Amino acid sequence: MSTYKTLITDVLVVGAGLAGERVAVEAASHGLDVIILSLVPPRRSHSTAAQGGMQASLGNCAMGEGDNPDVHFADTVKGSDWGCDQDVARLFVETAPLAVREMAIWGVPWNRVVAGKRTLPDGRVIEEKKEKEGLITARDFGGTAKWRTCYTADGTGHTLQYTMDSMVIKMGITVHDRTEAISLIHDGEQCTGVVARCLRTGDLRVYIAKSTVICTGGYGRLYSASTNAVINEGSGMFIALNTGVVPLGNMEAVQFHPTGMVPVWILITEGARGDGGYLLDKNLYRFMPDYEPKKKELASRDVVSRRMIQHMRKGYGVDSPYGPHLWLDIRHLGAKHINTNLREIANIARNFAGIDPVKDLIPVRPTQHYSMGGVRTNIDGAAYGLKGLFAAGEAACWDLHGFNRLGGNSLAETITAGRIIGKKVAEYTLGATLSYNYELVDKAVKEQENRIKALVNGWNGKENVYELRKLMEQNLMDYVGIFRNGKDLQKAVDNLRELYHRSLKIGLRSNGEGANPELAQALRLPGMIKLALCISYGALMRTESRGSHAREDYPKRDDANWLKRTLAYWPEGADLPELKYEPVKITELPPGDRGYGESSAESQGGKNG
Amino acid sequence: MADRELTFEIFRYNPQKPEVKPYLQTYKLKETTGMTIFVALNQIREEQDPSLMFDFVCRAAICGSCAMVINGRPRLACKTLTKTLPARIKLFPLPVFKLIGDLSVDTGTWFRHMSLKTEAWVHTSKTFDPKAQEERMDNETALKIYEAERCIECGCCIAGCATANIRDEFLGAAGINRVARFMLDPRDERTPAEYFEVVGSEEGAFGCMGLMACDDNCPMELPLQMQLAFVRRKMASIGIGYKPGKGIKLA
Ligand SMILES: Cc1cc2nc3c(=O)[nH]c(=O)nc-3n(C[C@H](O)[C@H](O)[C@H](O)COP(=O)(O)OP(=O)(O)OC[C@H]3O[C@@H](n4cnc5c(N)ncnc54)[C@H](O)[C@@H]3O)c2cc1C
Ligand code: SF4
Ligand code: SF4
Ligand code: FES
Repeated sequence: MSTYKTLITDVLVVGAGLAGERVAVEAASHGLDVIILSLVPPRRSHSTAAQGGMQASLGNCAMGEGDNPDVHFADTVKGSDWGCDQDVARLFVETAPLAVREMAIWGVPWNRVVAGKRTLPDGRVIEEKKEKEGLITARDFGGTAKWRTCYTADGTGHTLQYTMDSMVIKMGITVHDRTEAISLIHDGEQCTGVVARCLRTGDLRVYIAKSTVICTGGYGRLYSASTNAVINEGSGMFIALNTGVVPLGNMEAVQFHPTGMVPVWILITEGARGDGGYLLDKNLYRFMPDYEPKKKELASRDVVSRRMIQHMRKGYGVDSPYGPHLWLDIRHLGAKHINTNLREIANIARNFAGIDPVKDLIPVRPTQHYSMGGVRTNIDGAAYGLKGLFAAGEAACWDLHGFNRLGGNSLAETITAGRIIGKKVAEYTLGATLSYNYELVDKAVKEQENRIKALVNGWNGKENVYELRKLMEQNLMDYVGIFRNGKDLQKAVDNLRELYHRSLKIGLRSNGEGANPELAQALRLPGMIKLALCISYGALMRTESRGSHAREDYPKRDDANWLKRTLAYWPEGADLPELKYEPVKITELPPGDRGYGESSAESQGGKNG
Repeated sequence: MADRELTFEIFRYNPQKPEVKPYLQTYKLKETTGMTIFVALNQIREEQDPSLMFDFVCRAAICGSCAMVINGRPRLACKTLTKTLPARIKLFPLPVFKLIGDLSVDTGTWFRHMSLKTEAWVHTSKTFDPKAQEERMDNETALKIYEAERCIECGCCIAGCATANIRDEFLGAAGINRVARFMLDPRDERTPAEYFEVVGSEEGAFGCMGLMACDDNCPMELPLQMQLAFVRRKMASIGIGYKPGKGIKLA
């Protein structure tokens, strides 16, 4: 007979990043009882790492003049390469300005408009208007028609998360940190909560809820080079996938950031290029203007990343023990600018690579950065397949980003979707009654207990969890990167499938007692490999190029066959996902040229090199 | 340098197994270029001892998870390059905070408690009007608030503080800095007397002995000395006429 603690609540939010806390605040303000679970204290969530800013069309600054939700909408849809749902994009752009202003009331110290003339790094002179002084300002960020990215110096994610968490504390919302949801409790139709493992003691706990909301962030750490925090392992996504009835949307849509710093893969924000930084090759030649004469270093992320890879493939990369890379040059911005406006970047270079960007070049290369795919939901955030299950933030495929997320749109998504979906969760929960089946709960716990016993005792085998993990990371990095082709993708699928089987035979090296970290990793790895398979198999099947998904063997976007979203299901006992497709919602803007990357010639990238 | 063999002596203890007394365990590792304590500890866990407990999240000095005592000094492990240390490296968990196991401590609970005690949120009577333009703020003010808000709750200032080590409820430099953050914020409507309730005591600004270990230890290089002085000055000026015994709000 198992003994475990059971907690009951109205709303269970899994994840305490910006999306999770915003949902929780909304639900609690409707008078509902809310519990938030998190791997780490909320303020350590990955959201705090976002430095650049968030998009909202306030149009207060000079370079944002004339901005409005329509322009933001067009940027978002084009950015997504028409892969997003346009009704969702519309709702998002209309709500984002509100969400920003609300965060201002709650305490975010947004940077404000300062009236007067100033010279931009490229020599243009702009004038901020007196009548706008003191309103929330914005900066430039890759791929937008207007300056629309609201920010607080170099710590936007930090101030947003601290402010949001101050609301959670003020409202007295219960947070169980160091608690990991390891499976969903459901009967194939209704989700009634989760089985969780305490990361302080190793004990299992049960949370029963009328509604469960997955806000667990991205899966960046499936790749060996990722800008993401080390806890971003996609666990919320695979516990949903494991139900067999909840699909993940567009998992093949993976964004790379052009400038991860070699070799620790810490992100050097767009701010560096936004403020006038250059990309140089091994001959210290500034190559981006050759490829993208208009936008240069500021073309959209997928375009810049691809140009960098293309240029390195032509032999212009700088050799290093960690593979070829390029240089980011911000020296010409001057010590004062670097040490104030770009302080965080300067610190990163100094502390983690021992170089001084005032004098030195920063080694960079494209690095995995953002997961567009995730738990597929409708516009209300309700997951497909199970009642009482919702998802928001990077863990979800709401689907605002389609095949490419605009820089600054994901922070905006967390608080905007959190606001909207939180309300829908509250409405649903207020109308729901708590009913759950005791046997179902017990069975769900037993299943996890048995997995743990098998791992600890090595009943299924003696595979080493860390070795398998490295192989998974390497396969994604080598074969499911920025440029993809059928041959490599097939290799990835074959290898990962074998790895999946091996992951079912993991045995621990340590004793697995208490909050043992090896056990935590071993419990996650099979799910992580499932996600890796959803990504590679989805990419293999999608025989076109769209947004961040660039096939060398199918370099063109193919609207006739592929203007649709991949839905990956994992049937019980399978070793490959089952793929289904659904049409994307086009309500306003018919598919056209993306426009801003100069080159839809971008799709020739593969062919050229 | 790259050829050095590093010797790590690491504090081991699992509070769930009190019968095994705390001890130091030694691991040897070959140094590689650009190696940080983050890289080293993960390598030890993956290749030598998968039971070793420690915390990292961002590995970029942003999240505040990884503070530990490295060769006698509280620091962020992710931000410490091994090449800046001698070949023998001693690692201990932060004092003051509750130990979870080995190098992992519960800073999260401590900081949430501190936020509750100092009521670290904007106290305002205003409600959000979705149709209204935002209230204006001077950019200088915004930057000043941000400067104080940069604290990442790592606990280094607390671990190195003599007062915090002997007085359980002492807010520490991070707590006093947090109060300063809200005092600087024109949106917060609290009066000086209300702030006095929060920090005007031995548990707050008056418990500080001013030795400034906190200032030296802060990885964010927050101007803690300045913020402590700012809060103490404010408190001293309204403290005249303060009746002890009313006390501060304690959780
Ligand atoms: C370095 C970097 C910089 C970025 N900069 C920007 C930027 O400037 N602008 C922008 O718009 N976007 C940016 N992004 C993207 C953006 O930060 C993220 O998409 C966003 O913050 C995700 O928020 P979230 O709330 O969905 O998830 P997260 O903030 O990742 O939170 C996830 C939460 O889930 C919890 N969790 C996970 N799994 C479990 C589980 N099994 N059980 C319980 N809890 C769990 C975690 O503890 C955490 O609290 C950046 C991303 C990176 C990597
Ligand atoms: S100056 Fe005050 S807060 Fe800082 S370490 Fe000394 S006693 Fe602690
Ligand atoms: S004040 Fe500095 S040392 Fe103290 S918790 Fe904050 S960041 Fe860490
Ligand atoms: S791991 Fe985030 S501060 Fe070190």
